[in-house]
Amino acid sequence: MITSIKGENLLTLADVSRNAILEVLDTAEAFVEVNQRSIKKVPTLKGRVVASLFFEESTRTRLSFETAAKRLSADVLSLAVASSSVKKGESLRDTITTIDALGIDAVVLRHQSSGAPMQVSRIVPHVRVINAGDGQNQHPTQGLLDVFSVRQVLAERANTTGVESGASLFEGLNVLIVGDIRHSRVARSDIAAYAALGATVRVAAPGTLLPTDLEGWPVEVVTNLDEALAGADVVGVLRLQKERGTGHLVPSLDEFTRFYGLTQERVKLLRPTAIITHPGPMNRGVEIDSLVADMPAAIIERQVSNGVPIRMAVLYLTIAGSSNQGAISV
Amino acid sequence: MSEAIILHGGSVVHATTTEVADVLVVDGRISEVGASLRVPPGVRHVDARGCWVGPGFVDLHAHLREPGNEAAETIASGARAAAVGGYSAIVAMPNTEPALDNPVLVRYVLDQGSLAVVDVAVAGAITKNRAGEHLAPLGEMAALGVRLFTDDGNGVQDAAVMRRALTYARPLGVRLAQHCEEASLTLGGVMNEGVVSSRLGLSGRPALAEELMVLRDIELVRLTGCPVHFLHLSTPRAIALVLEARSQGLPVTCEVAPHHFTLDETACETFDPTFKVHPPLRNVSDVAGVRAAMRRGDVDAVATDHAPHAHETKDLAFDEAPAGMLGLEHAASLTLEALGAGDTNPLLFFQLLSRGPAAIAQLRASDERPRHTAHGGDVQAGEDANLVVFDPAATRVVNRHHLAGRSINTPYHGRTIQGETRALVVAGTLVVENGELQ
Repeated sequence: MITSIKGENLLTLADVSRNAILEVLDTAEAFVEVNQRSIKKVPTLKGRVVASLFFEESTRTRLSFETAAKRLSADVLSLAVASSSVKKGESLRDTITTIDALGIDAVVLRHQSSGAPMQVSRIVPHVRVINAGDGQNQHPTQGLLDVFSVRQVLAERANTTGVESGASLFEGLNVLIVGDIRHSRVARSDIAAYAALGATVRVAAPGTLLPTDLEGWPVEVVTNLDEALAGADVVGVLRLQKERGTGHLVPSLDEFTRFYGLTQERVKLLRPTAIITHPGPMNRGVEIDSLVADMPAAIIERQVSNGVPIRMAVLYLTIAGSSNQGAISV
Repeated sequence: MSEAIILHGGSVVHATTTEVADVLVVDGRISEVGASLRVPPGVRHVDARGCWVGPGFVDLHAHLREPGNEAAETIASGARAAAVGGYSAIVAMPNTEPALDNPVLVRYVLDQGSLAVVDVAVAGAITKNRAGEHLAPLGEMAALGVRLFTDDGNGVQDAAVMRRALTYARPLGVRLAQHCEEASLTLGGVMNEGVVSSRLGLSGRPALAEELMVLRDIELVRLTGCPVHFLHLSTPRAIALVLEARSQGLPVTCEVAPHHFTLDETACETFDPTFKVHPPLRNVSDVAGVRAAMRRGDVDAVATDHAPHAHETKDLAFDEAPAGMLGLEHAASLTLEALGAGDTNPLLFFQLLSRGPAAIAQLRASDERPRHTAHGGDVQAGEDANLVVFDPAATRVVNRHHLAGRSINTPYHGRTIQGETRALVVAGTLVVENGELQ
């Protein structure tokens, strides 16, 4: 169990403690303010080098990480995979050691293969590795920004601050995650984060989109989606990953939408206070109705905005956390 | 062939008994077995005290990679790895590039094998290019001495093709060997399907895929009467199915591979592609079940599924890496471990590593075996001298950088194992002496 990510890699949320998560969330709160300034930059990681290696297409996560690194004054080395030597057959190992030879402090890695960040962490043990999504395994910063966004909304409603509330707002919170759990790295990170903070987590999906064996998962599988929706405080809608071959695991997208989509009819079952999240990019009209996605209950834009302070916090803690830099210089 | 060797003072392991005795080898054959033999002058002396002396091990399942992938292994280097492991004979698998699906390539491997330090037999492909569609020339290959056919790496998926192969092969006196995985259930899978694959976000290969094909092929054996050997069974259920079929009189045999009785799926938690193999490492209870089946004598053979891969081709992301791991050099020690280390019954040990597989590969004195000496026989005067001197007490630490083969993809790097080949005699020649290749 990792009790603090200071000076550590961030590969997964599966073995990260409640305190370690709260440390990231509280650090991110400080960076929210930076992002609201007219000059959105602090010198915290000045002189540090962050390599951004995205072996899989991504727009929002990549932009979010690189924005975060730049706002901390780090230098960013960005490997554009499409034009890189990877296309010439270079191995992951050689790509990493080559980038490492340029002198880097951290690597932000997105890879289509589960486990690639852990493999990379063994190749360059002196470099901090931050998982920006690996295959169907984990997407830790997405999990962190999801719980951060939910805590923020709940704290605003309770007239308190996220930092003051700690994990207390998650006690007794009913979280329902709906959709393609099986192929979702977001689901694996979300479930770990919510459970670590004390929430009750339920999942709803057609049998073919559930993992084959949920033993040891801190979740309950919901059989009646409508009942579960009525009792949910947070509904996490997952992207149906058509690009991962999910399409043939359900009879049709229409049928999936009919039984598991967050439609306008189904949203009427929700409590008025319920919060809807979605990691994006959305398949409007498939897992979430287009109008539902634009309702105030859906905090999708807030999730995107919060991606930057969360990733600033993660970069700061993992890179600077090992040295004696003391408090954040904001 | 002309040298004379005395294996002195070891525990000689016969088929049903053991005795402390000397074994004298002259001109490629065992000339005498007995206590305190009189040693003629000029005889090479091997101190076998404290060791087991038995028939050299026989591996039914060695991927030698030649032709096509000599960077990973060659027939010569694979044979050296086998010798270190105590094997006097190995069966070369046909999934080379191109596949061993015709007499020309079979002859090539046999010719190269005749230059190697151990006896090399060949398994031919069942279908052309191992594609599972058209029968390979089984008769022509059988005429060269091929006694085992398999598309290993692939199972023959089409039931009609498998039925046709069995019907065609039956009068040839050969045996078809099946890699049992129903491909529609393993598609895209990279490790055992279960709690660990679910957690890691890796696609699974279910045990069911293996068991379904075992079931199917047992019924095809019932229909056709042609013998089938089940390769690298990894679940107790699959082994139980074979046992039940055998009790009904069907000509079925099975092997288990060391990694399936020493390693479990949790090894994949580090995403180290060294642990990727097909069929995959199963769960803890499967491993225990396979071990129990071995100890009960339900299994016919231990076979290595020795699968070398050049480091640069194996050292990839887990789902992109090829399947397979090394086996020849450590299989006997791992078998010893599974059978209870110091408590191991040497009769069962030699049954699994030598006599069982030799019978399946038809390498015994009573078999018709063009181009081969006899393996897996009794240790008695007149038998071909294929003998191993195995020290069941010696311990060593596996180091992947000190191996006899060309590749380093052993999953046992750093593991302390017990048991070591002290000496190996192949066709009357001392190939390993004092634990070192000659």
